[in-house]
Amino acid sequence: MDKPLLAINDLRIRFAQGEGQVEAVKGVSFTVNAGETVGLVGESGSGKSITALSILQLLPGNARFSGTIEFNGEALLAFSQAQMRQIRGHKISMIFQEPMTALNPLHTVEKQIGEVLAIHLGLERSAATAKTLELLELVGIHDAHNRLKAYPHELSGGQRQRVMIAMALACEPTLLIADEPTTALDVTVQRQILNLLTQLQDTLGMAILFISHDLNLIRHITDRICVMKDGEVVEHGPTGEVFKAPQHPYTIDLLNAEPTGQPKSLTDNPPVLMNAERIKVWFPVKKGFFRRTVGHVKAVTDLSLAICQGETLGIVGESGSGKTTLGMALLKLQNSEGEIHFLNQRIDTLNQKQFRPLRREMQIVFQDPFGSLSPRMTIADIVGEGLDIHKLAGSGSREQQIISALSDVGLDPQCRHRYPHEFSGGQRQRIAIARALVLRPRLIVLDEPTSALDRTVQSQIIDLLRSLQQKYNLSYIFISHDLAVVKAMSHRIIVMQGGQIVEQGATRNVFTEPRQAYTRELINAAFEAGHSG
Amino acid sequence: MTRFTLNPLNQRRWQNFKRNRRGYVSLWIFTILFVITLLAEVVANDKPLLLWYDGAPYFPTLVTYPETTFGGEFELEMDYRQDYARELIEPEGWMLWPPIRYSYDTINYARMAPAIPSLDNWLGTDDQGRDVLARVIYGFRISVLFGLALTLFSTVIGVIVGAVQGFYGGKIDLFGQRFIEIWSGMPNLYLLIILSSFVEPGFWWLLGIMLLFQWMTLVDVVRAEFLRGRNLEYVRAAKALGMGNVRLMFHHILPNAMIATVTFMPFILTGAITTLTSLDFLGFGLPAGSPSLGELIAQGKNNLQAPWLGITAFLVMSVMLTLLVFIGEACRDALDPRKYYFN
Repeated sequence: MDKPLLAINDLRIRFAQGEGQVEAVKGVSFTVNAGETVGLVGESGSGKSITALSILQLLPGNARFSGTIEFNGEALLAFSQAQMRQIRGHKISMIFQEPMTALNPLHTVEKQIGEVLAIHLGLERSAATAKTLELLELVGIHDAHNRLKAYPHELSGGQRQRVMIAMALACEPTLLIADEPTTALDVTVQRQILNLLTQLQDTLGMAILFISHDLNLIRHITDRICVMKDGEVVEHGPTGEVFKAPQHPYTIDLLNAEPTGQPKSLTDNPPVLMNAERIKVWFPVKKGFFRRTVGHVKAVTDLSLAICQGETLGIVGESGSGKTTLGMALLKLQNSEGEIHFLNQRIDTLNQKQFRPLRREMQIVFQDPFGSLSPRMTIADIVGEGLDIHKLAGSGSREQQIISALSDVGLDPQCRHRYPHEFSGGQRQRIAIARALVLRPRLIVLDEPTSALDRTVQSQIIDLLRSLQQKYNLSYIFISHDLAVVKAMSHRIIVMQGGQIVEQGATRNVFTEPRQAYTRELINAAFEAGHSG
Repeated sequence: MTRFTLNPLNQRRWQNFKRNRRGYVSLWIFTILFVITLLAEVVANDKPLLLWYDGAPYFPTLVTYPETTFGGEFELEMDYRQDYARELIEPEGWMLWPPIRYSYDTINYARMAPAIPSLDNWLGTDDQGRDVLARVIYGFRISVLFGLALTLFSTVIGVIVGAVQGFYGGKIDLFGQRFIEIWSGMPNLYLLIILSSFVEPGFWWLLGIMLLFQWMTLVDVVRAEFLRGRNLEYVRAAKALGMGNVRLMFHHILPNAMIATVTFMPFILTGAITTLTSLDFLGFGLPAGSPSLGELIAQGKNNLQAPWLGITAFLVMSVMLTLLVFIGEACRDALDPRKYYFN
């Protein structure tokens, strides 16, 4: 075989942190041949993104390297910034995870792609426009001509990712680095983007370094796989072999990390805890000098649901289907119309002050375990705050209640004097659950509680939630786009699209015999890309 | 309730602050200067700190004694700097003098004003025969105290207004912003000049008038932080816990806004000091006779034959402002989350 296109040899990356240093990548070596797709898999914190960013020297200034990165036989780490600019976007391109933030919101599609062409190929404006059009058609954007003048916010998530790919391909790079290009997208769109990438590779013959946390996701599109853990490559080899006979226990863990099981079945006829009728959340769209309301964004329209004690109601839908808005409206964190009854009391007519005492009965756990804990408070303060607000604790019992809530969620109570940043994502999510749990609520709204977590951690959190439900007879409203997780958690499921219920029923029925085409499409996309299909 | 240990975040900030050697050294120099000038009455005074007369102690800086106490003729306050006083007191006891035997308003009749620096008046005297060093010490103190007071009050008002606007948004925010736009359009220097013709502006008057316009500096910054902060997940989580608005604002969102605020504060301080100095220079500032750096600059301008006036004022101002700017830069570094130092 010829010399590989990209050869990384014993790469080590250290970061300065306070007084000390953290070694994020510890001696990683792998190669990518021309025209080949290599998957770099690992959970968050495994150093996979840092490795990829270091190829383009895009790391912050407090990083220090050793080892070699050779691209086409040239040592990239020795390149100056000026030399690197010739490589970036030209020979090696990159696609990022979040297309909304990776595109400049103030520039049109034409300008963003044209910029790359002007810098690297020195194209004139008209030539650049023609080439841009060609690229947009290549990545499958319909009506590309009219889309040239569109701004990123006018495009959907999938379209934005396509524009990102078009930008990356503008100069026909020999290596494309795709850093979790589908993670932020809905399942149905994920499939399309993956297909697009494989198809483009066939036509353009470039090499792809595909970074993902999800081993199953990249099964079909990679030739070889490197599994990373804690800054080291623990296993690598041809994709088929890795899947057939994984050697390292960590790889086996990753492969088996799909959430499984189902919730414990309910006792007969549990009492209804919450009952919502004809919930409607419309955001007015205002225009003109007098701000007249010219239309509405219909987030949730005439939606009714009921939830029993001890039951989990799963709400699934793609982004923009209104599922989070619905959750917020049920907790009165979002103004809505319609009747909500909770514990046989009508709550939609109460004002915030009257409602406040009831808040302890219904709690919420958010998606982002990094954003939902105040970085300036200790764990004890975060968990104890609800107790203070509702004056539930005498002086002695406050500490006791905090300790028992922390042990309920499987954390060592000794850690309660530390701050959130000292914990991992999964531990932080446990803290957020403890904060909700300490008030002994009857209902917890779980808004994508596992989506920001690694698969192996997800399963642990799901087990935890299920056992807590049994212990305290909790009701959950479980909002997620991830069907595998919802399946493992819920007794009943509501499928939402465009603010309305498309289908609802017992979990088993919905999954085995979906009645609506949309539900079928969702299930197919999720379980073909996700599972070994 | 509050344990006085810095949380890890603040510890890192303090480390970052110390890493900026220039700012750290500046902080020390400034603190020493400020403490010295806070004790101005002990450092530069025309009365002895302690006086021993006829077997008993006297404290002339604290108590006013008439001449008759020491065997003089009149019921007037003793002028301890005169030879007459020394003749009365020294046979019966002794006097402990501060290092500089002039207060800011003591006139040295012995020499032609303005007198050049000498062993007696280390920085010379101004055109009214007052000791420049004593005036600089008192002037430094009043400038810094004025700056600190103005910074403190304008921060408190600005943060509260910004917090309310940002947190509630909507109409409150809209009208608040329009009011600030109009209010900041007022020519505040002219207003000060007009007002100072109605009242004799003392320290507090000046502070109040300047506060009318200074409080707006921070509103925009704090407002923006609150607009962002009210949608943070941990703020919404706290709301879901049933937390009231006031506690939400000051317990959860304010700490975010404080980064921007604290970064701004040293620069508000230097701005306030410069403004006070320029008002004094123009003659619309503190009442005549008070020790102020601006007045010293004006004297330097009027007495070009006495360069020690202008040079002293220039040096004191530039050292003070330079120190404060360095400290401000170190504060900014300390609060910058992206600032790392590599060993």
